[in-house]
Amino acid sequence: MMPVEKSSEPRFVRDRLQGRSERIVKSWESLLLLVAVVIFLVNVWSSPYFLDPWNLSDATFNFTEKGLIAFALALVIISGEIDLSVASILALASTLMGLAMTHGAGVPELVLIGLGTGLVCGAINGLLVSRLGLPSIVVTIGTMSLFRGISYIILGDKAFTGYPADFAWFGQGYVFWVFSVELVLFVLVAVFFAVLLHMTSFGRMIYAIGNNPVAAQFSGVRVERVKFILFLLSGLMSGLAAVCLTSRLGSTRPSIATGWELEAVTMAVLGGINILGGSGRIGGVVLAALIMGMVTFGFGLLNVPGIVMSIFVGLLLILVIAIPKVLNRLAPAKKRG
Amino acid sequence: MTSMTSSDIKADTGKVPESGPAIRLSGISKSFPGVRALNGVNLSLYPGSVTALVGENGAGKSTLVKILTGIYQPDEGEIRCDGAPVRFATTMDAARLGVTAIHQETVLFDELTVAENIFLGHQPKNRFGLIDWSRMNADARAILERIGARIDPEMRLRDLGIANRHLVAISRALSVNARVVIMDEPTAALSHKEIGELYELVFKLKAEGKAILFISHKFDEIFRIADRYTVFRDGEMVGEGLLADVSQNDLVRLMVGRDVGQVFPKVPAEIGGTVLTVSGYSHPTEFEDIGFDLKRGEILGFYGLIGAGRSEVMQALFGITRPSKGAIRIDNELAVIRSPAEAVARGIVYVPEDRGRQGAVTAMPIFANVTLPSLSRTSRHGFVRMAEEFALAREYTARLDLRAAALDQEVGTLSGGNQQKVVIAKWLATKPKVIILDEPTKGIDIGSKAAVHAFMSELAGQGLSVIMVSSEIPEIMGMSDRVIVMREGRIAGTFAREGLTPEMLVRAAAGIGETP
Repeated sequence: MMPVEKSSEPRFVRDRLQGRSERIVKSWESLLLLVAVVIFLVNVWSSPYFLDPWNLSDATFNFTEKGLIAFALALVIISGEIDLSVASILALASTLMGLAMTHGAGVPELVLIGLGTGLVCGAINGLLVSRLGLPSIVVTIGTMSLFRGISYIILGDKAFTGYPADFAWFGQGYVFWVFSVELVLFVLVAVFFAVLLHMTSFGRMIYAIGNNPVAAQFSGVRVERVKFILFLLSGLMSGLAAVCLTSRLGSTRPSIATGWELEAVTMAVLGGINILGGSGRIGGVVLAALIMGMVTFGFGLLNVPGIVMSIFVGLLLILVIAIPKVLNRLAPAKKRG
Repeated sequence: MTSMTSSDIKADTGKVPESGPAIRLSGISKSFPGVRALNGVNLSLYPGSVTALVGENGAGKSTLVKILTGIYQPDEGEIRCDGAPVRFATTMDAARLGVTAIHQETVLFDELTVAENIFLGHQPKNRFGLIDWSRMNADARAILERIGARIDPEMRLRDLGIANRHLVAISRALSVNARVVIMDEPTAALSHKEIGELYELVFKLKAEGKAILFISHKFDEIFRIADRYTVFRDGEMVGEGLLADVSQNDLVRLMVGRDVGQVFPKVPAEIGGTVLTVSGYSHPTEFEDIGFDLKRGEILGFYGLIGAGRSEVMQALFGITRPSKGAIRIDNELAVIRSPAEAVARGIVYVPEDRGRQGAVTAMPIFANVTLPSLSRTSRHGFVRMAEEFALAREYTARLDLRAAALDQEVGTLSGGNQQKVVIAKWLATKPKVIILDEPTKGIDIGSKAAVHAFMSELAGQGLSVIMVSSEIPEIMGMSDRVIVMREGRIAGTFAREGLTPEMLVRAAAGIGETP
């Protein structure tokens, strides 16, 4: 910095160091977009069936329900916490919907039960984490076993089937042409969370808490309340995903959505959400969902076994996270600010 | 394996007392991308002598310490040990040549014992190659006794206070037979009594023939314990010599390159009606029956030793901790404050002592830090408005004369003084009635210090009420309209500005009665 003569005029600090275009080019999302385009082109090149609109529409089901969970989870992770119980909340919500269905519940009741179960489960996690100050990783590993355990007790090795025909609309219906109800929901929820995180003061508080919860509290942010709301939202989205998945499958087994918590975490982290909290954007999670969906679909078209897909997604995750570090190391002389 | 023992060194220095320096740095330069941190500086440290290194923050003192301890390699220049050229390629090299540093935040390990901390990396081994615990504990005890520390070597470090941690760090330095001891602001976090004990220790080390480099912002202590001085300014050495030949003003002039008229420019402000009344304020363990009132435009100083409960009272007023008894009145209205958010809403704000952890979200940009408590004002229906945010941040950072490249720069990249300005700007933007400053100038350079003091005066002049917790007597005496001294969780005395002497404060803080 140049020494500046002190004068009586106030010296204003300028607003931004980098222009908007520079920020966009250097962003994580640009890198993900590049990866998405490459995977898209590889898919087009390797299978003649890939570009069919209805095939692509089917492919979206690979990520819509997981994406709903991942968006809310992204906010939880940015705040410096984690929710590993999401898939178990989904299972419990689906099970209770099935139980209600056997007692003659209609479509509105089923949806309310699905969402309500999510909210209650989220509130339990939220109270344990924010009120009692317990570490969320321990709390949600506990509730992960607890919630799915209840499903197993209710269902045993049986399954609920025979949901009302109207209920199928959520998971199997189409709003317009090839655009499914789930895809539209995915877009709406993505927009909702993007607006919440990037355009509201609530979103700003999430970043502050994730970066330094103590300083956030010392700045008058109600840390406990924000965290509680985030767990509530996470539970609600798991409930919404339960409605969609149950509707699409038309049945409930206690093993429903096993392992989805890790896929949702993967989606968030691949999307540039810092697993240690404090940074990341919803746009990245949308791109990560598209990438994971396309990889799954592309490999499916080529009859690649599922285990190879998970190896590929794992490698992709490590690769995408390692790239910026490697690039930084290759260009150490570049100065910042 | 060390071929040289401590007795050799003593014999050495005893033989040639006025010989050459133990270590001499000449023509040292070091650049970082965009910054020339050091430009051809010289520094000599003599056995049995304390050299004070002074300079504003950013003058290059820390860089020099890192070069001396092998963390950084100089781009140019030469280091000589006892006249022979050496290279500190790694921290191990520096340690092997007997250079050791006690930093402001020396890395120690909470979960290990005192003895383990002292001997980490060079523990005595038995014939099976395992740690010889009994010998290690005995050696640790011997070293601790040598410096007069009453610490059990088998205690876990986390059970020790900050002063005892310093003693452990110093013992660690002694355990490697150091010849050169670097002390980087060792008294910054210590209370009055502990500082006295540390001085004793410095004299002891000096008598043992160690060459000591003492870095401090406090002039009274520099003149009390150091023999020589070296002044850095903007990465260059601008003066060195014997302290006996210079005055405080000479040093300040060398440091800042200009005359500093008054370090504590408190201007008289009009004192108005009572804003805050605290009565019978108590906490189960931290403080008891605290009562005082604060008037408009007043600066109320809180003095006391570390652990006297000053910060705890302030944090209770700010809603961090919950008092068990007592009442707060703001503008004669009873107020219950259960969280910082409620305190801010009532017009009480708090600038904490621990800037990096409590004061600022260092990984977030300046503007977001400034607007964090004011988001409801810069947003509409919960939606943030960036233009409003930048306008607010621009206004208040300019009022504090913040030096930064841009408002979207991360706070963590600023110097300590500028980080403090961001924290204060954040609170002023909430238009508070009472601002509590907890050690507001701890560890910041003299230029920023003067800026913070001038600004406190200005705020009081505008009718804001200021509570200033400080352990620096000149600061307390220079800035306060009234001073409350706390001791062991209670108020030990209240003093008006007129006729206040440092002795009165020290006596009240230490609990010494009037003696004939």
